[in-house]
Amino acid sequence: MSSGEPLLKVQDLGMDFGGLKAVRGLDLEVRAGEIVALIGPNGAGKTTFFNCLTGIYPPSAGEIVLNRPGQPPRRLNGLKPNRITECGLARTFQNIRLFPEMTVIENVMIGCHCRHRAGILGAILRPSAVRREERIIVEGSYRILAELGLAELADLAAKNLPYGLQRYLEIGRALATEPVILLLDEPAAGLNITETAALDACILRLREQRGLAIVLIEHDMRLVMRLSDRIYVMDHGELIASGAPAEIRANPAVIAAYLGEDDAA
Amino acid sequence: MTYFLELFFSGLTRGSIYALIALGYTMVYGSIGLINFAHGEIYMIGAFTALIAASVLSGWGLNPVLVLVLSALAAMIWAAAYGVTVERIAYRPLRQAPRLSPLISAIGMSMVLQNFVLLAQTPDFVPFPSLIPKFAFLAPYRDILGSSGLVILVTTAVAMLLLIFLIKGTKLGCAMRAVAQDKEMALLLGIDVDRVISATFAIGSVLAGLGGVLIASHIGQINFAIGFLAGIKAFTAAVLGGVGSVPGAVLGGLILGWTESFATGYVSSDYEDVFAFVLLVLILIFRPSGLLGRRVNRKV
Amino acid sequence: MRVAALLKRALFAALWFMFLTLPFLAVELNPGQPAVVWRGRNLLLVGVAAFIVFGAGGLLSRRWRRRREAGFVQASGPSLAAHPLACRVALIVLSLSALIFPLVFSSYQVTIMTTALIYVVLGLGLNIVVGLAGLLDLGYVAFYAVGAYSYALLHRHFGLGFWAALPVGAGLAALFGVLLGFPVLRLRGDYLAIVTLGFGEIIRLVLENWNDFSNGPSGIANIPKPGLFGLHLSLADEQRYLYYLVLVLALVTVLVVNRLRDSRIGRAWVALREDELACQVMGIDKTRTKLSAFALGATWAGMAGVLFAAKTSFINPASFTFLESAVILAIVVLGGLGSTVGVIIGALVFSLLPEYLRAFASYRMLIFGAVMVGVMVFRPQGIMGVRRRSYRGVAGGGDE
Ligand SMILES: Nc1ncnc2c1ncn2[C@@H]1O[C@H](COP(=O)(O)OP(=O)(O)OP(=O)(O)O)[C@@H](O)[C@H]1O
Ligand SMILES: [Mg+2]
Repeated sequence: MSSGEPLLKVQDLGMDFGGLKAVRGLDLEVRAGEIVALIGPNGAGKTTFFNCLTGIYPPSAGEIVLNRPGQPPRRLNGLKPNRITECGLARTFQNIRLFPEMTVIENVMIGCHCRHRAGILGAILRPSAVRREERIIVEGSYRILAELGLAELADLAAKNLPYGLQRYLEIGRALATEPVILLLDEPAAGLNITETAALDACILRLREQRGLAIVLIEHDMRLVMRLSDRIYVMDHGELIASGAPAEIRANPAVIAAYLGEDDAA
Repeated sequence: MTYFLELFFSGLTRGSIYALIALGYTMVYGSIGLINFAHGEIYMIGAFTALIAASVLSGWGLNPVLVLVLSALAAMIWAAAYGVTVERIAYRPLRQAPRLSPLISAIGMSMVLQNFVLLAQTPDFVPFPSLIPKFAFLAPYRDILGSSGLVILVTTAVAMLLLIFLIKGTKLGCAMRAVAQDKEMALLLGIDVDRVISATFAIGSVLAGLGGVLIASHIGQINFAIGFLAGIKAFTAAVLGGVGSVPGAVLGGLILGWTESFATGYVSSDYEDVFAFVLLVLILIFRPSGLLGRRVNRKV
Repeated sequence: MRVAALLKRALFAALWFMFLTLPFLAVELNPGQPAVVWRGRNLLLVGVAAFIVFGAGGLLSRRWRRRREAGFVQASGPSLAAHPLACRVALIVLSLSALIFPLVFSSYQVTIMTTALIYVVLGLGLNIVVGLAGLLDLGYVAFYAVGAYSYALLHRHFGLGFWAALPVGAGLAALFGVLLGFPVLRLRGDYLAIVTLGFGEIIRLVLENWNDFSNGPSGIANIPKPGLFGLHLSLADEQRYLYYLVLVLALVTVLVVNRLRDSRIGRAWVALREDELACQVMGIDKTRTKLSAFALGATWAGMAGVLFAAKTSFINPASFTFLESAVILAIVVLGGLGSTVGVIIGALVFSLLPEYLRAFASYRMLIFGAVMVGVMVFRPQGIMGVRRRSYRGVAGGGDE
């Protein structure tokens, strides 16, 4: 699993907002099929890191390189978000950002968009190739919904979905872009204990069945410790520790910055 | 040189009117983040109210200066009333709606107001009485700055000073700034947000109404459609300065006034209105935050 | 007790509206001597009307709220579009009656109907931009002008006929759509609205002032009607022929717009409208998608423009004011942003009602405006409502 080059390599990444250095000097690696957790107190810069990775903010410093097996390495910084998604990164949002008026299945179909080509003329004339493509999109989307247990709700408007299921739908939409790395920004936020447990299983299944690498931002320590192969810890924009769950649990800097106050609370 | 000065002052007078109306856009945008598309119509309402009031009062044989003051007062009162009503009907119910909805209802409101005046009064241009007396001391400089120009400059300056005092120095101004920054927080702190927004509309409308009277007595004729162009230009001024910034609105108004005045004076008068539109399109494309506005980076 | 409060509210509203309209309705400016004429009765009418409207409105909204609390009315409101079959039947009936229309009615009626159909095309075109892609384009009429002037000028200078001008006009309009689209790509909704408005006005002002190019405000006359295989047609037949052409264009527009809406591109438009950033992060090229919406919307306006020029045989810049954009927008809003059938109905209602109810004609714009406000406040989904389509059938029985 850990042979050769890492799938994603981030070096010395920095992101400034005016005077505020939200991320600085961040080094991070993701290997194929690995679940990596990124933790840290509120405002540590975790979401900002995702935003840099996915091209929402252009990083002010550093390198992001994606190294898919069988393909030449690609430098991701400076690319537009949609190009990065095409390269194989997909994400969910901390504050859910579905397309509220569209149906559940349409949300997933939007995820499929970048893997298909039908254009305006195709849409107007509808040759058989386009119809076939459309069928592939619909079937693929149904499959993803079924995998997440949402198939029954396919025609519901996304805004009418219960909160917990909206989080799943976000994951489904991300899966539809056929990523190699899935970035989950606090997927368990707002979920109760049973729901979190289900999510737990779901994430593991995604890794097993799709061979995805997953980067997980999460505040729920139990979930993080259970799932992740490695953990990175951020505070004030900087990496303060990284390593296996057991090491992190024992790391005094982490306890001081994060776990300590969490446990006390 | 005289020609230059004439253009300079004509730009200044124009610009200060634009600034007066632009302040309304800026204040409303600051408080509810919405372009009040019907704001130009409020200005038109102000001008018409003043005209009607002046006609009535002159008929009663009042002294012209008194007529001027009273009709300006009427213009401001009714402009404020219309502004508040527009907010109540077309914007308040849509505060949680998608962004396009209040914009569309604002366009609808502006059509309603224009056609209301058209139907209730007249589709034609009507002459506006020259109520502003000719000042003797300005006679030697008549080519450069007329007495109506002077009145406009002085009035706008006073109005703006009052506005700045209101925003910086009163409780209402403080509440307005709070609402502009964070409506929910303001609500939690016990500020009556609806009231404050109404007050914002009222103040912006008062300024627009005042602008209406001033420009009408300067140009000498009005009709139901004057609000459209004036609205666009004032909006240009607001954006130029940076929507949401009060000094920005003033700066934007003056720049626009001078641009128009010099461009029509030295380049071509055929395209008078095109300059404003071109300026507007250019700023929005290249510097949407305006000259004095802060660039906001929206968080994800 | 409750009723008393209601009455008080209605009374207050009545007084308030009487106060608002006092200078405008109670006084009439008179060009002659006395300068003003009093007409207090109007004021009384306003008061009574406001009292009734607000009283009844208060009662209704109370009943409605109670019913909603009891769970009778769905929060999102009922949607006529919920019956696809009914829609299809309605569409077929409409098309058939449109086909026989010119054989039954006078040529005056045919002209009116032609205008109405041009509005259908314009409404459907704008619906792509505003309804689907969520880009509030207030300068839509500029593309209409581009189409109309392309035909007029190409005919005048190069003797180009209608059939050659139709694709050229559409193409030029699309080009202008892209030209406008490029700079406004980054702009947020309301700024975009203002820039497009400015763009529309610039085009009109240029047409008005650039005499050498467009003949200025006096416009261009003698634009020929389309020919039919060199046959000589009578005036009435020419009108009928034009009517059928516009009808065909309208039907093609319906077909194309529907197909686009249900396509990969159409979904991308809607997603863009819903959440631009999420849309990009899901792999959709924002630039491409926005430009395609602008260009396609403009194409239809361009074709409608060519037909308009052929129909009136005279065009001048006065036909392409902001008001025209506002009317088309009103049609789209009334019909329901994104709904095809709604837009058709909206276009027909808005262009036919003032023709057939003459008394109503001078109140046209007032009512349009009021409708825009009313629809936004009370029924944002428009008369038809929009229902997203289901994809259960498409999956080919695999799941479900
Ligand atoms: N667009 C922006 N402009 C300015 N500052 C920003 C922006 N986005 C984020 N920040 C700042 O960067 C810092 C890091 O924020 P970020 O959202 O990445 O934290 P986080 O680790 O995701 O926290 P949380 O656990 O609460 O989600 C914060 O101080 C935040 O205010
Ligand atoms: Mg975060």
